[in-house]
Amino acid sequence: MDKKKKRLFMRSAILAVLAGLVVYALYTNLTKESRGSLEAGDKAPDFVLTDVNGETHQLSDYEGKGVFLNFWGTWCEPCKEEMPHMEKLANEFKGEVEILAVNVGESNFQVTNFAEQYGLTFPIAIDEGKEVMDTYGVDPLPTTFMIKPDGTIDQIVIGGLIEEEQVRALFERVKPSS
Amino acid sequence: MGKVKCECGHVNPNGTILCESCGRALTEEARQEKLVDMRYEGSARRSQTYNKTIIDKVWNFFSSVKVGIWIIVLLLVAASFGTILPQEFYIPSNMPAETYYEDVYGTFGKLYYMIGFHDLYNSVWFSALIAALGVSLVIASLDRVIPLYRALKNQRVDRHESFMKKQRLFAEQSGTLNASELENVKAELIKKRYKVRMENGALLAEKNRFTRWGPYVNHVGLIIFLLGALLRSVPGMYIDELLWIREGETLQVPGTDGTYYVKNNGFTLENYEEGEDPEVFDEAINRVGTVAKNYQTDAVLYRDENNELPGAKPELTEVQSDAIQVNQPMKFDSFAIYQTSFRQDEMKAMHFALTNKATGEEYGEITVDLFDQQKSYELGNGYKVELLGYYPDFDGFTEAGEPTSKSPLPNNPAFLFNMVTPETPEGEVSFAQIRNTMEPLGETVYKMAFKSLDTRDVSALTIRKDLTLPILAIGGIIFMIGVVQGSYWNHRRLWIREKNGQVYVAGHTNKNWHGLKREIHAVLKETSIPEPEDRQKE
Repeated sequence: MDKKKKRLFMRSAILAVLAGLVVYALYTNLTKESRGSLEAGDKAPDFVLTDVNGETHQLSDYEGKGVFLNFWGTWCEPCKEEMPHMEKLANEFKGEVEILAVNVGESNFQVTNFAEQYGLTFPIAIDEGKEVMDTYGVDPLPTTFMIKPDGTIDQIVIGGLIEEEQVRALFERVKPSS
Repeated sequence: MGKVKCECGHVNPNGTILCESCGRALTEEARQEKLVDMRYEGSARRSQTYNKTIIDKVWNFFSSVKVGIWIIVLLLVAASFGTILPQEFYIPSNMPAETYYEDVYGTFGKLYYMIGFHDLYNSVWFSALIAALGVSLVIASLDRVIPLYRALKNQRVDRHESFMKKQRLFAEQSGTLNASELENVKAELIKKRYKVRMENGALLAEKNRFTRWGPYVNHVGLIIFLLGALLRSVPGMYIDELLWIREGETLQVPGTDGTYYVKNNGFTLENYEEGEDPEVFDEAINRVGTVAKNYQTDAVLYRDENNELPGAKPELTEVQSDAIQVNQPMKFDSFAIYQTSFRQDEMKAMHFALTNKATGEEYGEITVDLFDQQKSYELGNGYKVELLGYYPDFDGFTEAGEPTSKSPLPNNPAFLFNMVTPETPEGEVSFAQIRNTMEPLGETVYKMAFKSLDTRDVSALTIRKDLTLPILAIGGIIFMIGVVQGSYWNHRRLWIREKNGQVYVAGHTNKNWHGLKREIHAVLKETSIPEPEDRQKE
């Protein structure tokens, strides 16, 4: 009788180990694609970039404020459309929500020319090695990460923000509560 | 309960067919058979005995060789389906798979995509089948090797005559065994590298028992191999990345978490030249035009000492510099960088001359780097060219008349220049492309004449790291050891005993009966001991 129990125990143990391996294999295989990509609720990875005026911006320095982290390119039409809204609201929410616009590695001339043309005053940095872009897994442009004062991601917006009200709603959500 | 006690006194596990010790048939069926089934020594294959709980049922399912073979057949058939149409990985990357299969292969392609055969080898069910094969291997092996090991370990020297009578090689004769004769036989058998045991006047000679473990060693190798393949999906074990790098660029090496940077100091493509290179190439050159001799990227590897945060300015220290050629990768840590592909003559910079349209006189030349433009280019003597806009991939004007670019790649560069000269201090606007200028704001005195183009090559490098290779190699080696162990030796046994005035001789081998017969003949021919006969003619 005792031996039978032992056998059952052994079999269960071996099957459990095998089942564990199989589940792990299937899990890693299925999540291969999405592994490493960010989701709402994740902590926004820290980074440091120098803007076109030579100032350094480290994301963790913005703790306590909301951050509108925008990835853009000069050729991208929807990026052009949302810039004026961003400029307007950056001034409106000054001190509460900050904009960090990350250009995806174009030349200094193109970026400064664009900023002048659209009269942009918020900090714009060029991600030369596309390191920050890779860290955030950005593919289509524009992509905007709304980061809460505690440093977690509130929302990821892929595509252009055409209406000013859309942008305002995003700003309101990450505004520090006080 | 659960045990079978043989008449000889040995206690066997439930389900045993032949007593582990003396070899008596323990089941009615086995008693009826003319020759005993020696597979697994008649031991109790554990799967066949208990069938009570879910665990036992699952165990028994995977223990079955029949099930195992079905899994292999299903895997083979399934894997072959994946070869009918190209897998998703191989279709052009700019085509979405949803439409590609239907567009190219019609209804069949659509069906193929819908069933999921376009990514068959990564599908859940295919992985599940492989997993089932692994489980089957483990359980079926365990279920057989343990009872077999027990049976061979517990076997007695003086087997019961009923066991011997049912062996394929058998002889009996009335008489007695001569002790000195038996000693001679023993000595002969030892010379033939048998291990001989004698008990109660009976003799058991056995050799090459280890060959019986061959299949199980082989399965262990296979399981290690499967584990190695499984480890590939563990982060950090396997990296396979592609990096396009232009001449002169320094880029992060993907897969190294920003620790390493690589610089492309130049890409070279060499072809064999008719007349210069060995004659053997002449024919091929005549037939196909060009024959490539060398694809090479001169690369420098750097380590980034300031790699704490993404985006931080890298501080690079050189690690090594090497010429990467096909099959001659640059190696560092456990990484290797291979030459994979290239693209020649990508636009790098353009030269324009400020030219008086009427006289054709040139007032200096400017070079615009397509990757790093300047706001203005001084030409001296009051001549200067200001850059108002740069459109790397120009594709027309908006309704408002603004030029647009459809991508950041310099595929069709266009420039908006403001030409300042002593005659035109306010400047004149010229829109310049390769071999084409426009005057969007009205007639101008000057123009920006396109002079020439600087190009450079782009090299594609593959970054690979595979820590599972040693595991796969070990698995493969063990697999082969198992095959050799099981194939090149035979497990041979010879029993001789006397009981109640009868001499019994029996022999058994797992294969190559002829070899065993010859050995027995050589040992017994000079003696009075009868030579066993083969009772199953082939």
